[in-house]
Amino acid sequence: MSQLTLRSVFKSFGATAVVRDFKLTMRDGEFLSLLGPSGCGKTTVLRMVAGFESPSAGQIEIDGRDVTHLRPAQRNIGMMFQAYALFPNMTVGENVAFGLKVKGVGRDEREARVADMLRLIGLPDLGARYPFQLSGGQQQRVALARALAPQPKVLLLDEPLSALDAKVRVSLRTEIRQIQQEMGITTIFVTHDQEEAMSISDRIVVMNGGVADQIGTPFEIYNRPTTRFVANFVGTLNTFEVKVVDPALGRVTLADQPLTLSDRPLGARAGDTLSIALRPEALRLGRSDAHETTLPARIDDVHFMGSVIRLRAMMAGVPVSLDTFNRPDVPPPVPGSMVEVSLSGHEAIVLNG
Amino acid sequence: MTDRADAMHPPARRLSVPRKLWDLLGLVPFLGFAFLFLVAPVFYLVVGAFQTPDGTFTFDNMLGLAAPNIANSFWLSIRLSFASAALGTVAGLLLAQALILGGMPAWLRQAITTFSGVASNFAGVPLAFAFIATLGRLGLVTLILRDVFGWNIYASGFSLFSFWGLTLTYLYFQLPLMLLVITPAVEGLRSEWREAAESMGASGWQYWRMIGAPVLAPSVMGCFLLLFANAFGTLATVIALTGSNFSVVPIVLFQQIRGNVLYNPNLGYALAVGMILVMLVSNLLYMLLRRRAERWQK
Amino acid sequence: MNRKFRPGAVIIVTLACLYFLVPLYATFQFSLQMRRGELSFDAYRSVLSSDVFLRAFTYSVVASIAAIIVGVLLIAPTAYWVRLRLPKLRPLVEFLSFLPLIIPAVVLVFGQIRLFGSSSILPLTTTEIGTNTLVVAGYVVISLPYMYRAIDNGMAAIDISTLTEAAESLGASRLRTIATVILPNLRSAIVSGAFLTFSISLGEFVIASLLNRPAFGPYLVQLGEDRAYEPAALAILSFALTWVLMGVMQAFALRKPNQRWLRRRTSAAGKSST
Repeated sequence: MSQLTLRSVFKSFGATAVVRDFKLTMRDGEFLSLLGPSGCGKTTVLRMVAGFESPSAGQIEIDGRDVTHLRPAQRNIGMMFQAYALFPNMTVGENVAFGLKVKGVGRDEREARVADMLRLIGLPDLGARYPFQLSGGQQQRVALARALAPQPKVLLLDEPLSALDAKVRVSLRTEIRQIQQEMGITTIFVTHDQEEAMSISDRIVVMNGGVADQIGTPFEIYNRPTTRFVANFVGTLNTFEVKVVDPALGRVTLADQPLTLSDRPLGARAGDTLSIALRPEALRLGRSDAHETTLPARIDDVHFMGSVIRLRAMMAGVPVSLDTFNRPDVPPPVPGSMVEVSLSGHEAIVLNG
Repeated sequence: MTDRADAMHPPARRLSVPRKLWDLLGLVPFLGFAFLFLVAPVFYLVVGAFQTPDGTFTFDNMLGLAAPNIANSFWLSIRLSFASAALGTVAGLLLAQALILGGMPAWLRQAITTFSGVASNFAGVPLAFAFIATLGRLGLVTLILRDVFGWNIYASGFSLFSFWGLTLTYLYFQLPLMLLVITPAVEGLRSEWREAAESMGASGWQYWRMIGAPVLAPSVMGCFLLLFANAFGTLATVIALTGSNFSVVPIVLFQQIRGNVLYNPNLGYALAVGMILVMLVSNLLYMLLRRRAERWQK
Repeated sequence: MNRKFRPGAVIIVTLACLYFLVPLYATFQFSLQMRRGELSFDAYRSVLSSDVFLRAFTYSVVASIAAIIVGVLLIAPTAYWVRLRLPKLRPLVEFLSFLPLIIPAVVLVFGQIRLFGSSSILPLTTTEIGTNTLVVAGYVVISLPYMYRAIDNGMAAIDISTLTEAAESLGASRLRTIATVILPNLRSAIVSGAFLTFSISLGEFVIASLLNRPAFGPYLVQLGEDRAYEPAALAILSFALTWVLMGVMQAFALRKPNQRWLRRRTSAAGKSST
């Protein structure tokens, strides 16, 4: 049950700055994801919190205590790695007991806690097995139990699902989230998988080139990305050039059709061109009264994905993706056919960076 | 019955028996060679070790290995192999650790690894010459120690042609061999293990005691046995250094082949079998330990 | 990520380097002292101009090359065949290939001398050709583990059975497959196996000595007993030769298939392969 604060943390290796001016305050029991492409500095941030790297400047506090210069062993953290981090010479039980043993917890209490943890991760009978006898998913669960057993203040997860099969990945992330909520432990989760981050986080930090581009809830990040990078990195995006007509009222035109942006381009002047973006689900196949404008489009490709059908089409001179729900009685359009697509300005995201 | 069986097998299946035979024919050259020049000679010795000169079965030859002169040479061989293997294991492990975990520049690591590839093949006669030029009576190091540091090592009991001199010479191929075979295991120590241990509050010493050392132990033991076998079979280096005076088992066998110094050919066979047994046991243990270590490396 | 600089490590590495390099330097220095009072290459000159040396060296080179040829012809097709058609016999072939690591050369040659002695059905030791055959066979046997490992690793690296199936599915005959697909891809593995065999056999002492052949190994030992400076010179030469062999081997092992040694050969090879 702890708060974690990073105050203007910088990190550079030699001449290259890996993390720049990183600020973050986490409340008790929060689940926060660091999301970004590889090399964006997310793992470095995590390793600085853990104490494996020390910041070039700035401060890290856990529960108000400055831990910037403490060794990892003194910070009371729990960490889970990508894979293969279980000690191969110890049984599952001994792995989970390790942190307690190092802290000098007595044997009886240790055994009780190990049994509790194994029950928590749903592997109560595997205490005597060795790591090489477990599947990848089981190993990562044990790694979670091992990290949690000493009751750390902060739990740090370094892409713990990336080495697993797609199916196990999905079920395990739900489980991690459940256990985290049950124990109410403040958690940082590093991932490059936006869907993973979206589905289990309270808040997400999208990182790009060592900088936190945007911090917000999954809903905010997806629907109101503040930079072009965030908008592109999180989900699929259709980008259009529009002409500004009246910035104060948010009036613009797209292929000579009027649109009203609720996100007003205040810095722009009439006659400027502006980039706006629309999610695939904001484009509606067919004419619709609920939408502001309808444009013609030519279907290029049809991807049947189950409950959703994703169409690729040319509209207003740019390739776009749009989603439509599958309806058993209505077959999707065929490639090459002309369709109409409806859209509204208030669903558009203005891209300014 | 036979009709039905025939009908059930498609023709391709019936062709498969001769085809299997054809396949086997492809192995005849290799198996023939191995039989003629490897298996049969060894088999001949093994059979001979359990026979009297006139061909009746006996254990006397094997029991004859306990005779003082032969038992002594086995004991000498075992001590020499043990000493050079132990020294090589410790030194090679330290060097591997220093190179891999000590933050040495990559070029140095590469250079020493390449050198080790050469040096571990540098057994035999030239090695002996090199050590004579270094630590022999007129060797460079001997002279420097005598003239510069005033320490005459030969006067204080050292001789290159003695037990410790041989050990030191063997080390020249044992150390590089150890470095080469233990490097994968040391590299296999994942940084995650250390970090996980640290994050749970363990000190560096606790990490080594509870994880690093136990994980490395089977590999280190295995490599020690490999080095032991390596030293046990060494013959040319000893001959070039000491002539035939230093009666380790291979030398005794060499002499026996040259001139039947044991006055009993069948005792010679037993000596060979004894050598094979030592090599076999240490190699088998090495493989067992390596398998165990590899299981953990996954 | 332990990239901290450790003084303990520096001491260990320095000591190791000293241990490795001092004997080489000492030997080199010693080999230059043949002429009293000044440094000279007299020892090298004396060795290299000796007929006995040339004969012994030539004998060993020829025997080693013969061992390489026999070894490659024996092991490459066998390893290929086992991987392709007889995977069940793989443990047997592997066991036989690694057996020489357990059987010391002195034991092996002992058995051969007795088995092929004057009173046997195949009295190889009684004729010169027969003894030379035994020497070559002995070299093939002692280098068998290394040759087999090199070639088998090479085959593992290129997934031999898939390549064969691919070639045959495109209509190539078995022979054509081997000649144009398998062998070119195995070349570096075979070359490294060959160099290992060469470096093992060239200075080999026990087999040649017990079979009484005038090879380089026995010559070296004899020279060590008779002379002072020449052995040092030869030690340096052997070490340099081993280095060169290892270097060539590494170059082959690291070489990408499309790299060529000589620019001019590229076009020639390109033409002939079409």
